[in-house]
Amino acid sequence: MVLLKEFKKALLTSLWFVFLTFPIVVIKVDPIERTVFWRWQNAFYMAVGTFSIYLLVKFYQHRKENQPKSSDAGENKLPISSLIHRILLNPVQRNIFIGIVAAISIVFPHIFSTYQTNVMTTALMYVVLGLGLNIVVGLAGLLDLGFVAFYAVGAYTYSLLNLHFGLGFWTVLPIGGLLAATFGILLGFPVLRLRGDYLAIVTLGFGEIIRLILENWGKFSKGPSGISNIPRPGFFGMHFNLEQSVLYTYYLMIILVIVTIFIVNRLQDSRLGRAWIALREDEIACQAMGIDKRKTKLVAFSLGAFWAGIVGVMFAAKTTFINPASFTFLESAIILSIVVLGGMGSIVGVVFGALILILLPEYLRALSEYRMLAFGAILVCMMIFRPQGLISNIRRTYKFEKKSPPPVR
Amino acid sequence: MKQPILNVTNLTMDFGGIRALDSVDLDVNSGEIVALIGPNGAGKTTFFNCITGIYQPTGGDILLSLPNKSKKVSLKGLKPNKVTERGLARTFQNIRLFPKMTVLENVMIGRHCRTKAFIFGAIFRTAATRREEESILETSYAILEKVGLAEHANEFADNLSYGAQRRLEIARALATEPLLLLLDEPAAGMNPQETLDLDHLIKQISQEGQAILLIEHDMQLVMSLSDRIFVMDYGKKIAQGTPAEIRANPAVIKAYLGEEVDA
Repeated sequence: MVLLKEFKKALLTSLWFVFLTFPIVVIKVDPIERTVFWRWQNAFYMAVGTFSIYLLVKFYQHRKENQPKSSDAGENKLPISSLIHRILLNPVQRNIFIGIVAAISIVFPHIFSTYQTNVMTTALMYVVLGLGLNIVVGLAGLLDLGFVAFYAVGAYTYSLLNLHFGLGFWTVLPIGGLLAATFGILLGFPVLRLRGDYLAIVTLGFGEIIRLILENWGKFSKGPSGISNIPRPGFFGMHFNLEQSVLYTYYLMIILVIVTIFIVNRLQDSRLGRAWIALREDEIACQAMGIDKRKTKLVAFSLGAFWAGIVGVMFAAKTTFINPASFTFLESAIILSIVVLGGMGSIVGVVFGALILILLPEYLRALSEYRMLAFGAILVCMMIFRPQGLISNIRRTYKFEKKSPPPVR
Repeated sequence: MKQPILNVTNLTMDFGGIRALDSVDLDVNSGEIVALIGPNGAGKTTFFNCITGIYQPTGGDILLSLPNKSKKVSLKGLKPNKVTERGLARTFQNIRLFPKMTVLENVMIGRHCRTKAFIFGAIFRTAATRREEESILETSYAILEKVGLAEHANEFADNLSYGAQRRLEIARALATEPLLLLLDEPAAGMNPQETLDLDHLIKQISQEGQAILLIEHDMQLVMSLSDRIFVMDYGKKIAQGTPAEIRANPAVIKAYLGEEVDA
């Protein structure tokens, strides 16, 4: 009986999908010949495909529900997630893992083409952006939809300071970061009292304000035409050709990623990191336990923005051209997706999330015009089947065995 | 010799036109257990929220006497975190733990206002920071042992049983080294055994010299624990005294049971 019901549902679902995709899959208009092709076989494929996928998903769900709970670890774990947890919790395996990752990242540009290296550099930028936003969203639980504003602040700091004062990349790198952090505090002050959806809307507005200023204040930012001929990062006055420069930028990004992971990891494990997590968990209890809500929030905002500013400077130096179109809301949404998809508050998760989200559209190019569709579908599936993200955060467990016997009373 | 710790005078709190607290006086001495009782809606939790800075009271004053200092500090108008820093720590009527943090981390949060490592210390992990972290860990663990939760140290707080969560809230408040511990209905929803354990725990904490102010509905617990009792009704203090005095007080009986109607 149950089976029949499921079949009925599957049939309905497939009919619905045929209806939905009818205009793009079945009808094909040839404007020159002024004829319309009806590709009915496509509708049939769509129906069969949806029908079988539906049944497959149901079967999978059914089996999962009926499975005796052998390992009730509380959470259902993705094989890759538990594998990574196991590796990271074992010091020897962890060192081997880190060694392999380091080796891959060092030889990567020598194996693959310049184009691939460039793509990877972009992905690494998003790793750092994701880690920055992870402080704000993942740890402190402040939903920020305007994160790209700080990214823009960094990028424009470098290009404008270079344009007007001729300042070099290395001088501006810290300035860009600090300026973005200042903007983080500026945004932080008015939103101290806000939470959740209200905060999201204000930050969204903030992101748009920055973009609109850059777009419309032509005298200051050169408007939509943007700033070109931004110098690439230098190395003690040496001059690189294009290929060397790509390689150099790639290694700079690798170093930046390592530094970011190191610092974010330490912050997370510190007194400050605990305060952020407490703030995320319960604001009133957090304050009642003596944590200064203002200070903690502002520090989260400014530290998150700092990384965005740094990456902004890198971005301007890498692309040598920036305009406000690079800093739309879509960017914020992608960075937020990286954090959510990867796993809120989890450093490894965010790294994986960034690599997947940025590299996937590149490698889906084989699907040509369907790639964004496929990308969207993957995101939807991801959120349905694994809402807590790819790799959930490993909670640090404190061992208290150093002093035996433990201090009693 | 008993020294006063907390002096609340004429505390008044208005919500629009409603007077939730009407000139309430209350004082707690060192080493004492003082209970605040009253029917539902009497304003007990509002009183707690006012003295811990969650609400800003309309009138009156809250004075805290610091040890080794003759001067008293006013807590009125301070933010909740500042109040906790001065030495008032509380638990909540509806449990407010940090559910996705471990039991030990919950207590470590309590140490926050007694430590000071910040961004620089966190990133470079200086010797001072490492020492501080170690002492946080040590103190927190000792407190967990005191409340009997040490074996659950690395579990998530929301996986604990109800009674254990209540004890963890007390542990977290104790970690801030309060001069006065405020417990808001610690026995609410507990079974008799858990209540008995709680009774022992509170007595044990009290014997270590901790002053405690508690709101509680469980009369047996209140009578067994308290040195003095304050009774509130409709935002007003209607009685104060020792448990024996309160039990015999007609105003209290009236508030709880209603007036006797003469036939």
